[in-house]
Amino acid sequence: MTDRYAKGRVTAVSGPVVSADGMAGARMYEVVRVGGLGLVGEVVRQAGDSATVQVYEDTSMLRPGAPVELTGAPLSIWLGPGLIGNIFDGVQRPLPELKRLSGAWIRRGDRADPLDLSRRWDFEPLLKAGQEVSPGQVIGLVRETPLVTHKVMVPPDMKGTAVSAVPAGRYTLEDELAAVRTAGGTAPLRMLQKWPVRTPRPVRGRLRVSEPLVTGQRVIDSLFPLAKGGCACIPGGFGTGKTITQHQLAKWSDAAIVIFIGCGERGNEMTEVLREFPELKDPRSGRPLMERTILIANTSNMPVAAREISIYTGITMAEYYRDMGLDVAVFADSTSRWAEALREMAARLEEMPAEEGFPASLPSRLAQFYERGGAAIPLGGGKGSVSIVGAVSPPGGDFSEPVTQHTRRFTRVFWSLDTELANARHYPSINWLRSYSDYLDEVGESAEKTCPGWRGLRDGAVEALQREEHFRQVARLVGPDALPDGQRLHLFFGGLLRDGFLAQNAFDPEDSWCPPEKQGALLGLLMEFYRAAGELIAAGTPLSDVAALPCAAALVRAKTDLRGTAELAALRERMRRELASLGRAGRGEE
Amino acid sequence: MSAGDGLEYVGASRIAGPIVAVERVREAGFDELVEIRDPSGLRRLGRVLEVSRESAVVQVLEGTDGLCGTTLRARFLGESLRIPVGEEMLGRVFDGLGRPADGGPPPFSGDRRDVNGAPINPVARRYPREFIQTGISAIDGMNSLVRGQKLPVFSGNGLPHDRVAAQLARQAKLPGEDGRFCVVFAAMGVKRDVADYFRRDFAGSGALSRTAMFLSLADAPGVERLLTPRAALTLAEHLAFDLGRHVLVILTDMTNYCESLREVGTARGEIPGRKGYPGYLYSDLASLYERAGRVEGSPGSITQTAILTMPSDDISHPVPDLTGYITEGQIVLDRGLFQRGVYPPIAGLPSLSRLMKDGVGEGYTREDHPALASQLFACYAYVKRVRALADIIGEEELSALDRRYLEFGEALERRFLSQGEREDRPIAATLDLGWEMLSMLPRDELRRVGAGLLDAHYGRKPGAPPAGEGKDGAA
Repeated sequence: MTDRYAKGRVTAVSGPVVSADGMAGARMYEVVRVGGLGLVGEVVRQAGDSATVQVYEDTSMLRPGAPVELTGAPLSIWLGPGLIGNIFDGVQRPLPELKRLSGAWIRRGDRADPLDLSRRWDFEPLLKAGQEVSPGQVIGLVRETPLVTHKVMVPPDMKGTAVSAVPAGRYTLEDELAAVRTAGGTAPLRMLQKWPVRTPRPVRGRLRVSEPLVTGQRVIDSLFPLAKGGCACIPGGFGTGKTITQHQLAKWSDAAIVIFIGCGERGNEMTEVLREFPELKDPRSGRPLMERTILIANTSNMPVAAREISIYTGITMAEYYRDMGLDVAVFADSTSRWAEALREMAARLEEMPAEEGFPASLPSRLAQFYERGGAAIPLGGGKGSVSIVGAVSPPGGDFSEPVTQHTRRFTRVFWSLDTELANARHYPSINWLRSYSDYLDEVGESAEKTCPGWRGLRDGAVEALQREEHFRQVARLVGPDALPDGQRLHLFFGGLLRDGFLAQNAFDPEDSWCPPEKQGALLGLLMEFYRAAGELIAAGTPLSDVAALPCAAALVRAKTDLRGTAELAALRERMRRELASLGRAGRGEE
Repeated sequence: MSAGDGLEYVGASRIAGPIVAVERVREAGFDELVEIRDPSGLRRLGRVLEVSRESAVVQVLEGTDGLCGTTLRARFLGESLRIPVGEEMLGRVFDGLGRPADGGPPPFSGDRRDVNGAPINPVARRYPREFIQTGISAIDGMNSLVRGQKLPVFSGNGLPHDRVAAQLARQAKLPGEDGRFCVVFAAMGVKRDVADYFRRDFAGSGALSRTAMFLSLADAPGVERLLTPRAALTLAEHLAFDLGRHVLVILTDMTNYCESLREVGTARGEIPGRKGYPGYLYSDLASLYERAGRVEGSPGSITQTAILTMPSDDISHPVPDLTGYITEGQIVLDRGLFQRGVYPPIAGLPSLSRLMKDGVGEGYTREDHPALASQLFACYAYVKRVRALADIIGEEELSALDRRYLEFGEALERRFLSQGEREDRPIAATLDLGWEMLSMLPRDELRRVGAGLLDAHYGRKPGAPPAGEGKDGAA
């Protein structure tokens, strides 16, 4: 064993890539400590007794000859109570704790335990001495936050008989809660588990997704829904509102746990989340959103190798909560920065580049990441899911670039953000002609329960928007006044649908979150107006008369002006009266 | 300063562009500062880009002109590049590496800082939300700047970005501001005229004594530019976070900076990314732009305005593209507007301030501000569509409503966006002017504004006090 921990020596340094020799016995992706400061790194390549290490911290002033120490373990994170409400960097250093230790700037070599080992948690045991234990079995409960009951589980690789178990009480993460006699001897069970981030946590089986992830965003829930356990891609050039859309989803999604990974993005955006989430209330429980949220922040100026690992850190935490039978949503902003970190590391390792300098392994790395999403039966039974929403920042807004293209292959929802819409400050700037959702059939049954007739309304709205685009093209050539009223109705209604339904103001307290029932009622109203207006115009009523109806203006403002379903029902009655009287006038009955 | 191992290495195995490779180096560190001496005794600074047991690859910051591979002497200085920082550096001019360039003495300061800085812990940031009045309607009204924001100017050659930046530096203030404001100016590869223009302008407005200038002009070696913004930001961080000053950092021209980065990358034989720029351009730019903001425990702030010229006005060029992904919005200058004599030619639609939402509205500027801005954007976007249509079918064929939109667009550009270079419009005047513009359109078209705000502002005669609140309108 002494040999395994023999010290290697640095032979070369080039940014985050460090070469060392004397590394015989190192394993791929094993964690090493480099130099006097003990910088954290991972073995990424071996040749003879030399190894290449990617280092997660700034390597300034690191010299050849500096010691390299093997730790014997792959990069693992701590799992246990205390994750929720916390904010970590890409290698799970707790940022509030680092701030306490060393102030406003992150210094190299700063160390802190990811979770507080001194804190005692109220533990309610579910296991008695003498019981059999199997992987994933829940041995007790901890109230992690008012929103989250944390299930303490048997690690996936442990099986045997409990020889002892503690009574209810207050315990730390490291206290022994039970002792288990396994084939290999007696092992302790604790709240704290460790899991290597690059390895997916095992499940008993995969499930077909069936529930929609309700986000409260009309264009998403009503037109292009995501399933719990599904994966979505949000590509958009800069300024198209990717981050705001991601924030909106993280705020309002009806997942039990939300994990937000700020991967190579702006520092102030993470600060914004930190400032807002404790203040915002979950519309379903009335509790602060932070009580169900974990943040991973590896901002653009933090070390690039840690950016690469940050999305694995986030997804591993997601799998851990999924194993408790919870629905978890992961938001990664932005996976392009992650891919660029891969590219930067590959270039420093002098790998042969494939498309646009990205390593040839990019598609398989993306596939592996998105494949960790899904609905599943955890080892301990029940049902849990991990949904993943990955933002993509294509250079120059060009969607034909490799990260967008490959992400598209492995996700089934595509919310395409549009510069033109963003320029007109139409948010969310999700382009309804280029976006799609492949979960319509899966979530249909469940969606119809909250909103009867949803699928018909949805298909009707998408068709109306396509028709609008068609006649808009024509109008661009001949002018809108040259079109007959029947065709101009599509233009008029398209505008109504855009302003009255698709555009949603994230900063308006009433509009920021739209409950699914209201979405259905609103869309129903709009589609009914469209159908009735079409009939009136076919019977000879001029479009100008239809457009001038007071209810048309009220429809546009209904999303913010009207609150309950009763008010919407009143508007429906009013609309029917106005349309009917216009019809009678058209037939000369009045 | 520890002097490394004190050894001097004679000769280089390779010189290419700004890169020198020194062999059989003992104990050199990554990013270490190197002093290179030629036989005449001239000293240049360099830093280690790559080090192994056999050799060190050194980037010579002052260029390799005249260096001889057999006679040069390299000494490793045992630390990364540091510059002295202190308040007495305000009012002074420095070269691109932070050494005095105005004939004055080196700054007396015991405090020397690593130019690379350290990342700010996101938990320790304070979210920027204090509205800065720039007196420019296109910015204040539609793309508001807040203290601690990084808002670059995307421009093109020949466009008046320097004038806009100088006007910003002159006028930017918090309403009711004190004298803790100062400017750190970094010029990378711009011509001396440009640096002189800023200097004259700062002198004219009395700001020179509150300005530190770091100049790496067009005739300076390209690689020096890579350190210039870092040196400037290191001083800015000291002023803002140690001394509590409000610092405006102007970086011009970032395109030159990126070209130097590409030059070094090519000389090292790196695999190039888009348009030959290195794959780490994003991370490198982020290491500059993210050095802005506010932190807990300090009253000061760094607000950053980077100017960059887009090659052939192409906003999808890697430099503006990656910048836009890092900065909190952008002010885009438009050649078409400029040619029609609109100053400042700030393009309405592609310009954006991401932090605006939290720095305007009730309690910051005025309650009608967010809705007004959103409506102006929506209407102006429609104007662009109508103009495109008018180009095809002719203005006469447009509907009466569309023709009103054309008039609105013209007025917006001529009266709202346009203003004098010395004209400092208070925010209330900007907002009232915005309402005057919107009042040219039928009330039903203003779908982004609630009924209450429309009642208070729509169609009101300019100068009349707003319904309900007399104070703001009177300013």
